[in-house]
Amino acid sequence: MPRVSFTANLQRHVPCPPCTVPGRTAREALENALASVPRLRGYILDEHGELRHHMVVFVNGQACADRRGLGDPVAEADEVAVMQALSGG
Amino acid sequence: MSDLLLVSTRKGLFAVRRAGPGRWRVEATSFLGDNVTLALPDPRDGAWYAALDHGHFGAKLHRSRDRGASWEELGVPAYPAPPEGHEEKDGMGRVIPWKLIRIWSLEAGGAGQPGVLWAGTLPGGLFRSGDHGATWTLARGLWDRPERGSWLGGGADYPGIHSICVDPRDADRVTVAVSCGGAWRTVDGGASWACCSQGMRADYMPAERAYDPNIQDPHRVVQCPARPEVFWAQHHNGVFRSLDDCASWTEIPAVPPSVFGFAVAVHPADPLTAWFVPAIKDERRVPVEGKVVVARTRDGGRSFELLRHGLPQEHAYDLVFRHALDVDASGERLAFGSTTGSLWATEDAGATWSTVSEHLPPVHAVRFVQQVQL
Repeated sequence: MPRVSFTANLQRHVPCPPCTVPGRTAREALENALASVPRLRGYILDEHGELRHHMVVFVNGQACADRRGLGDPVAEADEVAVMQALSGG
Repeated sequence: MSDLLLVSTRKGLFAVRRAGPGRWRVEATSFLGDNVTLALPDPRDGAWYAALDHGHFGAKLHRSRDRGASWEELGVPAYPAPPEGHEEKDGMGRVIPWKLIRIWSLEAGGAGQPGVLWAGTLPGGLFRSGDHGATWTLARGLWDRPERGSWLGGGADYPGIHSICVDPRDADRVTVAVSCGGAWRTVDGGASWACCSQGMRADYMPAERAYDPNIQDPHRVVQCPARPEVFWAQHHNGVFRSLDDCASWTEIPAVPPSVFGFAVAVHPADPLTAWFVPAIKDERRVPVEGKVVVARTRDGGRSFELLRHGLPQEHAYDLVFRHALDVDASGERLAFGSTTGSLWATEDAGATWSTVSEHLPPVHAVRFVQQVQL
């Protein structure tokens, strides 16, 4: 199953260690990871389930091509990383 | 009189307590390092609410039931999905998302409405909670007004509700103010709304639109608790007052040293007395001549005194934002904080000021903790 990890900067607000969850796309894996930490959802996704403007999801080090839907496929041993999108100073 | 202040800053929330005559000290810190945009001490049950803006991680709301010793995260206002294919635009044609950008105002409902809170947000939605902030509902009666299409951003990219006045006579009467969208009033608890900024003037618009009530930029609107038909507004290009429950507004000319500013406070018992913290308008936004002063009227705006005793009078570049000035229930104690991290307090209605700190993070909001109404 893919492994989902979260930026260290989130840990101060909501403890969220890496987890291994089922999922065939980045969205499925993320949703399954969020199911066990419901309060985390609003820190990563907005009220419509879209990735927050200054957040980014990587699959094996590559930013998701489908930024809106996070439909990028993930395989058994893939690494999904939820990070902050660098911007500003 | 209040001995306790909540100071919301770019880097945390500070509880500041009076330690003796003219002496105020930071007593406790919450959310150090986080952007606390405002705080509300609820006079009905003593709870404290804090709104945070985490940037990357969005706007959040927390509550403390033990005066800041511990906090719990609450729900936040959530915008509904827009109708399919709908693209929302502001008065300048720029796209407005149906998403919570920031909680820009937060007020308690009426004394007889425990658990009712109102939140004003960017990009222009007003929300009501009936359960102490756990869940929120968008006031569709305001959001769906067609006039909202002419609202503009003012101080932010999107329109925002920064002032919420719950009428002490009848908590179903609520007045809000919008930058830039004028003032709006409900008399039925938020179901229906009407614009109530007749008489305000906008010198940043073409002459034909100067008196359009829907594009006015009241930076801050306050209501006199003892005389609730009286409102004061520090507007983008002037000071305005209403004596008739917002049916009309009258411009107060020639407020010294400048008609520009963000903050206004009205005396809780005397509708003729109000305080302002002026600055050079618009293009510079610094105190006039580098001197921090408070302008006070005690005759309804016919004349103003400049209060400066104890405030820096050279090379001071402190700007005071719209929520960063407050007056306590006695009308004697006021405090204000600045963008450069200064905080001042007075215990004699502004005649003399004491410096609480010159080293806080940039101050967004200052609020006295009033005695709990039991």
